[in-house]
Amino acid sequence: MGNTLQIEKKETDVLIIGGGTAGCYGAYTLGLSDKLDVLIVEKANIKRSGCLAAGVNAINAYITDGRVPQDYVDYCKKDAKGIVREDLLLSISENLNEVTHRLEENGLVILKDENGKYVTRGNRNIKINGENIKPILAKMAQESKRVSVINHVNITDLLVKNNRVYGAVGFDVNDNKAYVIFAKAVLMATGGAAGLYRPNNPGFSRHKMWYPPFNTGAGYAMGINAGAEMTTLEMRFIALRCKDTIAPTGTIAQGVQAKQMNGLGEIYETKYGVATCERVYGTTEENRQGRGPCYLKTDEISKAQEDELYKAYLNMAPSQTLKWLEGGQGPAKQNVEIEGTEPYIVGGHTASGYWVDNNRATTVQGLYAAGDVTGGAPQKYVTGALAEGKIAALGIEQYLSINSSHETDDSWEKIVQEYETFLSNEGNNITIEQLEETLQKIMDEYAGGISKGYQFNDTGLALAKEKLNGLYPVLESLRAADTDDLLQIYEIKERLTVARSLIEHLGARKETRWHSFAENMSYPTEDKGFELYVNSVKENGQIKIVKRPLVVDEYTPLIFTFNEDGSVAFAGGEEDEH
Amino acid sequence: MSIRINTSSCIGCKRCAEVCPGNLIKIVNKKAVIKREKDCWGCTSCLKECKTGAIEFFLGADIGGKGSILSVEEQGDLRHWIVTATDGTKKTITVNTKESNKY
Repeated sequence: MGNTLQIEKKETDVLIIGGGTAGCYGAYTLGLSDKLDVLIVEKANIKRSGCLAAGVNAINAYITDGRVPQDYVDYCKKDAKGIVREDLLLSISENLNEVTHRLEENGLVILKDENGKYVTRGNRNIKINGENIKPILAKMAQESKRVSVINHVNITDLLVKNNRVYGAVGFDVNDNKAYVIFAKAVLMATGGAAGLYRPNNPGFSRHKMWYPPFNTGAGYAMGINAGAEMTTLEMRFIALRCKDTIAPTGTIAQGVQAKQMNGLGEIYETKYGVATCERVYGTTEENRQGRGPCYLKTDEISKAQEDELYKAYLNMAPSQTLKWLEGGQGPAKQNVEIEGTEPYIVGGHTASGYWVDNNRATTVQGLYAAGDVTGGAPQKYVTGALAEGKIAALGIEQYLSINSSHETDDSWEKIVQEYETFLSNEGNNITIEQLEETLQKIMDEYAGGISKGYQFNDTGLALAKEKLNGLYPVLESLRAADTDDLLQIYEIKERLTVARSLIEHLGARKETRWHSFAENMSYPTEDKGFELYVNSVKENGQIKIVKRPLVVDEYTPLIFTFNEDGSVAFAGGEEDEH
Repeated sequence: MSIRINTSSCIGCKRCAEVCPGNLIKIVNKKAVIKREKDCWGCTSCLKECKTGAIEFFLGADIGGKGSILSVEEQGDLRHWIVTATDGTKKTITVNTKESNKY
């Protein structure tokens, strides 16, 4: 196979990078207005790509009867100990029910009672059959003739001039072809980052993880490299999951009210607090103090309940049902062992991601972000990501009604040359797989992975930084035999970029506000002085930390402004540089 | 956990390769092949897409696998999930795709 790539050039009004939850709904919204040409570029195939590939167990963000959008904001704020963007949360909350209804109209099965009302699970959840949610969304995204899709193309870099985006560059993962796409606006919707840390099952089942192993932080990396501001990366997400299969526990905990129980048979459910991070922390602490393993106490459920659990898991995490059946003991006989996952960076669950304004504009003009890649609004889950796709799409329409000029230049050539260099490298005895394992080992041991009970300190972080920096020259020497190898090399490169920024964020929040999620042993207690956002911007190759005051008034949403030359005039509050 | 593709029933239609979220399936000599079995996420998209039932799902021994396989058969709105143990015994769980989860 040759090492010169064929170049395919495209032009569109709106480029959507990533056809997952937020990207598909963004395309659907733009398609409804029918004013702009939209191109979704997806590294897999939008029918089954991203977080929803296997399905989802419930709609976890919905404003149920008797509740108002403000309640949702309050819940998220409390759970994140105050470090949220209330403006973003409110704008999401106000759209949760509408996007749910659109999905139902398009075929999503939602459980209803005899009066036709949705059956709720707790205060914010409704019950669905979410197995086919992604094919439904993919179909909605392509309803308008002005929306087109290119599958199996991996975007690696944004084209930015004077802080204004004008396109992106990528390559076909199955073919010797590079794509150069010029666009008037770009919606970043690539999802979050998995594979930064050594996973729960590092051997044969290394990809049996909670978050999609194919979401490797591309969107964060592209933004970081383009000088976009990131927020709260240090608020990592660690999920509490069924041991081994890493299947969700919420279906059991909320569905059959199973409590968290330690190895001595004691219920520790509320001993450590009930915030999301504290549930993980409790389990971690019980194990650390010698009272593990930990379980969800299911051995009192009925056979009928067990049968329903088998079905519910087949609709979202089939490996759990297979494990129960293959092991010969279902949850009615044997309590379900639980564990914390490796840490992920994912803005749909915590507040990590792009620093955006209320229209989901980033600090790079013309670049919008939605879903897991976007920060400030935790607990958005599926419907929140859909809502952000809608909000960003409307923001883009407004932006393009004023700024609609096309830019082109030839700076894409440098990016394509980089692909070709990997394809022509001779390579050495270091493989792509080795480098991935090394990155994950460094993060695990020095930046608070599973083996360290999620704890880290200043000394360890400094060492992690040094070791990560040492990986760049090794990465550059990797050989790609084809564009499939090239995809894997870029996935490591993206994770390395995210990991470097993450280290800076973990070190900059000199307190422990969220147990497990950011357990900084150099500063093990909460500090009121850190009631602020830790943001970062990469300038001249250096990651600069910027502290910004909390946006507390959700009714005065943050709106960025840009100067004539594209530079940011206002990106929120008075920044406090450190 | 990963998948196994049965070459005698695979017709090389590429449907699985098209939908795999990890780009992990390729067609070699008109048969689907998984490129790196350790990289499978276990989403079962390929099983649902396959029209000839050529793809089977299994758990690695490191997460409790004992050699059983999981396969899928579609029948209208019904989806039959079949677990076949190494001794050939089968257990089927049927999910109605038009019915919601109870939990």
